[in-house]
Amino acid sequence: MSFLPYAVAVWVMGVGLYGVVTSRDLVHLVICLSVMQSSSYLLLLAIGYVDGAQAPIFADIPLGTRAVDPVVQALTLTDVVVGTTVTALLLALSVQAHKRYGTLDPRELRPEQGRDHG
Amino acid sequence: MSERVRLRVFAVAIAGLLGLMLWGFAGLPDFGDYRGPYGDILNRVAVPERSTTDVVTAVNFDYRGFDTLGEEFILFAAVIGVASILRALLGERTRRPDDDAAGRHVPETSLTIRVTGLGLVAPTILVGLYIVAHGHQTPGGGFQGGVILATALLLTYLSADYMTLRAVGPTWLIELAEGMGAAGFALIGFAGLIAGGAFFENVLGKGTPGELLSAGTIPLNNWAVGLAVTGGFVFMLSEFLKQTLTRRRVRHRRRHGERTQA
Repeated sequence: MSFLPYAVAVWVMGVGLYGVVTSRDLVHLVICLSVMQSSSYLLLLAIGYVDGAQAPIFADIPLGTRAVDPVVQALTLTDVVVGTTVTALLLALSVQAHKRYGTLDPRELRPEQGRDHG
Repeated sequence: MSERVRLRVFAVAIAGLLGLMLWGFAGLPDFGDYRGPYGDILNRVAVPERSTTDVVTAVNFDYRGFDTLGEEFILFAAVIGVASILRALLGERTRRPDDDAAGRHVPETSLTIRVTGLGLVAPTILVGLYIVAHGHQTPGGGFQGGVILATALLLTYLSADYMTLRAVGPTWLIELAEGMGAAGFALIGFAGLIAGGAFFENVLGKGTPGELLSAGTIPLNNWAVGLAVTGGFVFMLSEFLKQTLTRRRVRHRRRHGERTQA
């Protein structure tokens, strides 16, 4: 089953994308985007994994013990931070979209509605 | 485009994308069969070179410190972005905070939640500070600890009310923390240049691995980032709360407001 983590990453991304495409609510859409993004955490961590190795923290284990790749773990931290900021910005935009159009359904947010008032 | 056509187009696109991804990933080394070399090299040299027992932190705040500066400013930019998107628009007024969800009675916060929530504030702050302080020894650091510290402030909102949150975390203090943290992190980078080395070079004494005062500038970076993340998260959360609780539209100026936005 050495391919399984990659397959799960692909699946999680696919499920998230399906949610984004079929979403009827902007908040739901933002959460689906976070689901999509979490597939990249899985992929990064899977790439750095070493069979039978320890976490790259040498506080309790002797130096020289085989440990997983710390670089992809650091990248995952960056990924989490970027994911959070994207979520926050999109939720803020959703708040303003709701104020402007009175709905959170992306299908009802049509550009011509904005032009009417302009 | 009708609902059905849209889904059909999507089905073709997603099948193609997933197929390509699976094909691409099939060319990767097997899961668990890591070939290196960077991870293995860092795991060997980080502890003797930088006196950190947490190699992930050594990567984030030393070897890859410059990238983390970028990451820090992504957060900073997002905080500014949220604040400007959620600013008071024309035709909106700010009023006394009140949770008046439409068509729904908002119950009083129960005593159980008040006592548990307020009781959790101090331990949460302690855990947050611990995670920030020991980022160079054990899992954790400025980002993780900062989020926990922000949670502590949010607990005061959950267990008391919005005004209490504003009282313990006034805007000027939150902005100061956010600004000082972000600027402090960049200035620590410049310390390397001033000392005649490279940007973000670890110029302080390294000490003994595993001790609280070790790893040179890495703990300082953790504190700066912790401050910035706490400030940033509390600021973003209070912007959303402010939006929900205190901003209301003035009815008769509605048309005027919309015209100005468009």
